[in-house]
Amino acid sequence: MMSQQPLLHLQDMSAGYPQRGGARMVVQPFSQTVAPGKLICLIGPNGAGKSTLLRTLAGMQKPLGGRALLAGHDIHRMNAGERARRLSIVLTQKMEVGMFTSGELVALGRHPHTSWVGRLSAQDRAVVERSIRLVGAERLASRFFNTLSDGERQKVLIARALAQEPDLLILDEPTAYLDLPRRVETMALLRDLARQTGLTILMSTHDLDLALRSASHIWLLPEGGQVRAGAPEDLVLSGAFEAAFHSAVVAFDIESGAFRSPSDGAERVLLTGSGVQRTWTQRALEREGFTVLTEGPPGLPEVRLEEGARCRWRIIFGAEVMICASVEELIAGLRTFERRAEASSRK
Amino acid sequence: MDQPTPSEHAARFTLPGLKPFLAAGLILLLALLFLVSLALGSVAIPVEEVARILLGQEPSKAVWVNIVRDFRLPQALTAILAGSALGIGGLLMQTFFRNPLADPYILGISSGASLGVALVVLSVGTVTTTLLTGLGLMGDLALAAAASLGSALVMALVLALARRVAGGMTLLIVGLLVGYLTSAAVSLLLYFSIPERIQAYIAWTFGSFSGVTWDQLAVMTPVVCAGLAAAFLLNKPLNALLLGEQYAASMGVNLLRVRYALLLTTAVLAGTVTAFCGPIGFIGIAVPHFCRGLFATSDHRLLVPLTILVGAIVALIAALIADAPGSRIVLPLNAVTALIGAPAVLWVILSRRHTRESFT
Repeated sequence: MMSQQPLLHLQDMSAGYPQRGGARMVVQPFSQTVAPGKLICLIGPNGAGKSTLLRTLAGMQKPLGGRALLAGHDIHRMNAGERARRLSIVLTQKMEVGMFTSGELVALGRHPHTSWVGRLSAQDRAVVERSIRLVGAERLASRFFNTLSDGERQKVLIARALAQEPDLLILDEPTAYLDLPRRVETMALLRDLARQTGLTILMSTHDLDLALRSASHIWLLPEGGQVRAGAPEDLVLSGAFEAAFHSAVVAFDIESGAFRSPSDGAERVLLTGSGVQRTWTQRALEREGFTVLTEGPPGLPEVRLEEGARCRWRIIFGAEVMICASVEELIAGLRTFERRAEASSRK
Repeated sequence: MDQPTPSEHAARFTLPGLKPFLAAGLILLLALLFLVSLALGSVAIPVEEVARILLGQEPSKAVWVNIVRDFRLPQALTAILAGSALGIGGLLMQTFFRNPLADPYILGISSGASLGVALVVLSVGTVTTTLLTGLGLMGDLALAAAASLGSALVMALVLALARRVAGGMTLLIVGLLVGYLTSAAVSLLLYFSIPERIQAYIAWTFGSFSGVTWDQLAVMTPVVCAGLAAAFLLNKPLNALLLGEQYAASMGVNLLRVRYALLLTTAVLAGTVTAFCGPIGFIGIAVPHFCRGLFATSDHRLLVPLTILVGAIVALIAALIADAPGSRIVLPLNAVTALIGAPAVLWVILSRRHTRESFT
């Protein structure tokens, strides 16, 4: 049985910049094999060298050592035209093109496939239309690119890259300028593209949460340049994820899969109840500097979630009880008890 | 237009927005202007007589044949060639630098050409009543070669410097400084030259389409046509360059080769025109903007032919005005192109929407 040929195969590839008296190595040598149809997210702290790695894989700079094979061909040895038919890119910088409709812009992606005149054949047009359809930009095609919102532009730019009919699509922080819903949308689009078309997508991102949820693989690039690759969950469970991003003010909460800035709340509060209301109440309390406990010694203020259609909270502090109708009231109430406790302890 | 159907989408991105009536109107306008520029001048000749001369028939006055054949026809052809060449030069530079205010002379091409011409005129050329006639065909070739070489050298110098510096602004400043250097050299040449030669040089800097003879056209035409043909060949990489150099490279454009092709083409076009007609400003910067605005597209497959067409039209109009029909006065061509061109450039700068959609 022949095993499926890997789409991308890195052999001890390292990346960086040649300098006088030895190179400045940004990414240490690493080997990876990627099958078709994967969405790989490259994550790592700022300045670790994500862009350098992407630029190297996109053939925009030579690797310091090792090789990168795309469908068996060395990315850095193929000529520019061949590379353009196997690999396309979406850059992070905001782009101002001239007066082009989105459709015309997508059609520019056919560049490596057309003759020197640049005339589109029927097949070229079909590919352009399919690319537009794949990103869901049908309604944008006749509009001028410069009139689109950031999210719409990103779709069109992805469609342009698809029109090159690549095996590998490389995106440098495609979610950088987008608002949160647009980020989720773009990520879902890329994940579906990889799954449906067999295209392999490599993207860098700072949206760790989205990357953890959407990527089939994560390449983790911590400072020092030792790439750790694996399924997102494996990286989290092995602690590699937290190690890469750990700092004095930020910690990765393995329970929720999110980063938070731990506040060593001096005031402790008991919180009982469950569900969505509990999650958001806990967030509010932690934001306000309380340490939230599920059970604890007597004498602490306790916040109880009230059953019922409307969200209500009950604060129990010693003999006193207060009903709150909103989180804002809840916080204000806890502060009142706090002050009273302080005052009584001073007496 | 609110609800475009799928077929409209298809039409929109497969056929860039060519407006056939507008294009046909422009071609008609060019033909009309061509005839009018043959008919008007210090002596007005009826258009039907002009047509007879062009068809090789005898007009009612024999002297008209000479006027049309020896003066107005070469002048009109020169204007058409120069206008197209400068328009294309401007288009190439605007796309190359992604700067709406670039023109064929942006990097000191005209300064280089001026230096070349100054070297020939002020030190080796024989001085006669007009600058070029005394030199004969070899002299024309020498001038064209000197101007092209001068501009190409300046271009090469700027390019070599451009590899060390990043950013368009730095590059433009480099071009400016090169311009100062060459004008300093020209000043020195002028200082040590004799008045007749200086006058000939100054007259050259006014710019003119009228000094070009058939012999000179025989040199200018193939060179300009070659440059224009090169622009057609560069359509596709030019479009890719609109997305920026990184995207262009990722689509398989050989940046280095295209860069040299663009600069060489511009240097040849601008250098040749400058050699035969003097440094003519404003056409190169204004015409590409007119075309983009008129046809609402940045697609070079459209812009290149349109710029040739509109460049020829604008140059013919400028030549017509400079000749001040009905009088014996001939205005300096550069003054006229600036008078048309400056408001046009102002319009481009002030209508922000247009500029934004062009570049920025």
